[in-house]
Amino acid sequence: MKHYLLAVQIDETVPEPEDELREQLARTAKVSDEIKAAGAWVFAGGLLPSHASTVVRPGNGTTTMTDGPFAETKEQLGGFWVIQCEDLDEALAWADRCALACARPIEVRPFDDVV
Amino acid sequence: MSVDLDGVYRAEYGRCVATLTRLLGDIGLAEEAVQDAFAVAVQKWEEALPANPGAWIVTTARNRAIDRLRRESTREARHAQALLLHQSDEPEEVGPVRDDQLRLIFTCCHPALSPLAQTALTLRLLGGLEVPEIARAYLVPEATISQRIVRAKKKIRDAGIPYRVPEAAELPDRLAPVLTVLYLVFNEGYTSTSGELVRTDLCAEAVRLARALAELMPDEPEVLGLLALLLLTEARRPARVGPSGELVVLAEQDRSLWNRALIAEGHELVRRCLRRNQPGPYQLQAAINAVHTDGEATDWAQVLALYDQLLQHAPTPIVALNRAVAVAEVHGPAMALATIEDLDLPGYHLLPATRADLLARLGRTADAAAAYDEAIELAKNPTERAFLKGRRATLA
Repeated sequence: MKHYLLAVQIDETVPEPEDELREQLARTAKVSDEIKAAGAWVFAGGLLPSHASTVVRPGNGTTTMTDGPFAETKEQLGGFWVIQCEDLDEALAWADRCALACARPIEVRPFDDVV
Repeated sequence: MSVDLDGVYRAEYGRCVATLTRLLGDIGLAEEAVQDAFAVAVQKWEEALPANPGAWIVTTARNRAIDRLRRESTREARHAQALLLHQSDEPEEVGPVRDDQLRLIFTCCHPALSPLAQTALTLRLLGGLEVPEIARAYLVPEATISQRIVRAKKKIRDAGIPYRVPEAAELPDRLAPVLTVLYLVFNEGYTSTSGELVRTDLCAEAVRLARALAELMPDEPEVLGLLALLLLTEARRPARVGPSGELVVLAEQDRSLWNRALIAEGHELVRRCLRRNQPGPYQLQAAINAVHTDGEATDWAQVLALYDQLLQHAPTPIVALNRAVAVAEVHGPAMALATIEDLDLPGYHLLPATRADLLARLGRTADAAAAYDEAIELAKNPTERAFLKGRRATLA
């Protein structure tokens, strides 16, 4: 089994209407249930927007703290699934359903380690 | 006797890498093992070839891979070695299997890889082409090609792209890049970007892989269509180059030089496709080529009707340009010229070449000469350039 991160990319500059958001949440919850039922579920989470983000940077044996996300772009990590699959095709099949459910691009990235 | 090692390498490299990839589960290791085996073959085959060179290479490569894994001590290497040793208990016949190559094609053409990486990897792993040859074919620096190949192989391993032919439900999506790559490989062979006009080895490789695909998927009309298209094009190859290496256009070809067996096979495939009545771009192109190779002269009205259909399925400027040739035959050069006036194909020499031909037929000599100059400037293949220069010289 390999582990994959399905990272949801959101454009924070585009506001989403309330009812559309509610529908997305309902759809993603349904896909999550399917992932669980298939035994591919590891962990998932939605993130608050990047205004709530803080970065701690190392330097000269000490750290500095800055307001805001890691990269100042309009595309930000909005949430993610961590799933376990036999191969990339299985992961892509889940990503497909997740992308349709949340109506946003999803980056599929394998984990480096896990056996 | 002298042994044609290059010939064996061309014929067997792809099959051996495909089989070793199945045995080892790792494309990089498989390639190294096959290269090791060919290095051994250079010394062992001085006198004569073994009865089955491909099986010899596979067996030797497997043994070299076991040696290599024994020298490494990681858990992964021990696991792979155990698998290989287990397999050596099986019967000795480990000749290359056709399905392995199909698995490798689908792996190389996985949609998670970029189109350039797909073709480069297919040409390298299945066609046995060297990086400089692929770089020449695509007019990009060698470093770019080798980087793409290295990155693609890493991604296949790290991202877990499976080594298998996709299931029926996924096939329509997954088949398109495979067909495109085989088509590109054949085209590159048919009109090589550099050097001699035709690279017969590339054409043969594309035909061989298309045949394998058609055997595996006899119910996919577009697979049959691609195979028919390649066969019908390949059949005309002997007449395409004249005695002094010059390009001979379709209308002037000596039809007695065409390969009748390939034409018969191509026509039969086109008929099989027509019975299914699910026309797609490759089937329509095959049908056009079936008309070209049917009887003593081309039935241009039929060709034009097929191009009209093709344009609906694939509304690309290249199709529109090819259609213009049929329009000229049916409705005259003036109307043909009008259909290609607005086409935008930057850098593509066949657009000004076609325009030049139509202008010459309309007696607009000065405009034709200018268009030929533009085409000569853009054409890369020396034989094609010579042909265009010859045409320009005949202008009154």
